Amino acid sequence: MPTIVVDVMPKAELLDPQGKAVSGAFARLGVAGFSQVRIGKRFELTVDGEVTDELLAEARRVAEDVLSNSVIEDVVGVEVAE
Amino acid sequence: MTVRIGVITFPGSLDDRDAQRAIRHAGAEPVALWHGSHDLEDVDALVLPGGFSYGDYLRSGAIAALSPIMSDVKDAAAHGMPILGICNGFQMLVEAHLLPGGLIRNDHRHFVRRDQRLTVENASTAWTSAFTQGQEIVIPLKNGEGGYIAGDETLDRLEGEGLVAFRYAGVNPNGSLRDIAGLTNERGNVVGLMPHPEHATEPGFGPDTAAAMRSGVDGLGFFHSAIAAVAAVAA
Repeated sequence: MPTIVVDVMPKAELLDPQGKAVSGAFARLGVAGFSQVRIGKRFELTVDGEVTDELLAEARRVAEDVLSNSVIEDVVGVEVAE
Repeated sequence: MTVRIGVITFPGSLDDRDAQRAIRHAGAEPVALWHGSHDLEDVDALVLPGGFSYGDYLRSGAIAALSPIMSDVKDAAAHGMPILGICNGFQMLVEAHLLPGGLIRNDHRHFVRRDQRLTVENASTAWTSAFTQGQEIVIPLKNGEGGYIAGDETLDRLEGEGLVAFRYAGVNPNGSLRDIAGLTNERGNVVGLMPHPEHATEPGFGPDTAAAMRSGVDGLGFFHSAIAAVAAVAA
């Protein structure tokens, strides 16, 4: 069944406390080579049937209005995954 | 007349009963309201209580802000009803766009619980008129996602228009920008803050004061203000 994947990330300029906590764990584990970790959200919207333009537009609308808060987050992707 | 103040219970609300007690202590009548209904039961004012509605899923307060009753809350706000959002209730007001900005995880990543000093920055709202401008009060604070953020333009507007209702004094407990602890809307009827006035309304159960342990009742001023605001409209 086709799935519309919505990716949401905290705004680049904002502190991402979750990502910072993972960075701290990396440092303790001796994991090197990654200067930063940022944590976002992935939403999978399952579609019964075909992904129409209307449905994709609706996914974009809910991505902006419900799935993210534009004050603190950016919608970085609304893609169809077969 | 007895002022009736509604307290809306959402799935995961924790401090709804405390808010009802606080309202009773302040001399008004608490009215229990339910998130799934569209009935505000003709209350004179509203409290959106603290807690972890919907387990803080998606974003704190986000799903509660989409509850059936929130459309009625928005209408009431537009008509000037005094509405107070405490902690998770503040997060709901922000998610419902009744107040600007957002609240994110505390910068130090720990849950914090402390008796918090606040400066009253705007003493002319429906929930702060019992205080004096610049007055310092102490009420409990307890949150994991209380970091207030907004863009610089919004922050400058909030400061310029006197919409910062409360600022953290002494310690900024969660990384809130410009030490913002609470906001008001332009009209002054909608106020939200992270700390909990309802936990400082009964001697023996409030923050410590110089006079006696746990004797702090600075939270009463919030509810006395709302009662006065309702009475002023009725008069």
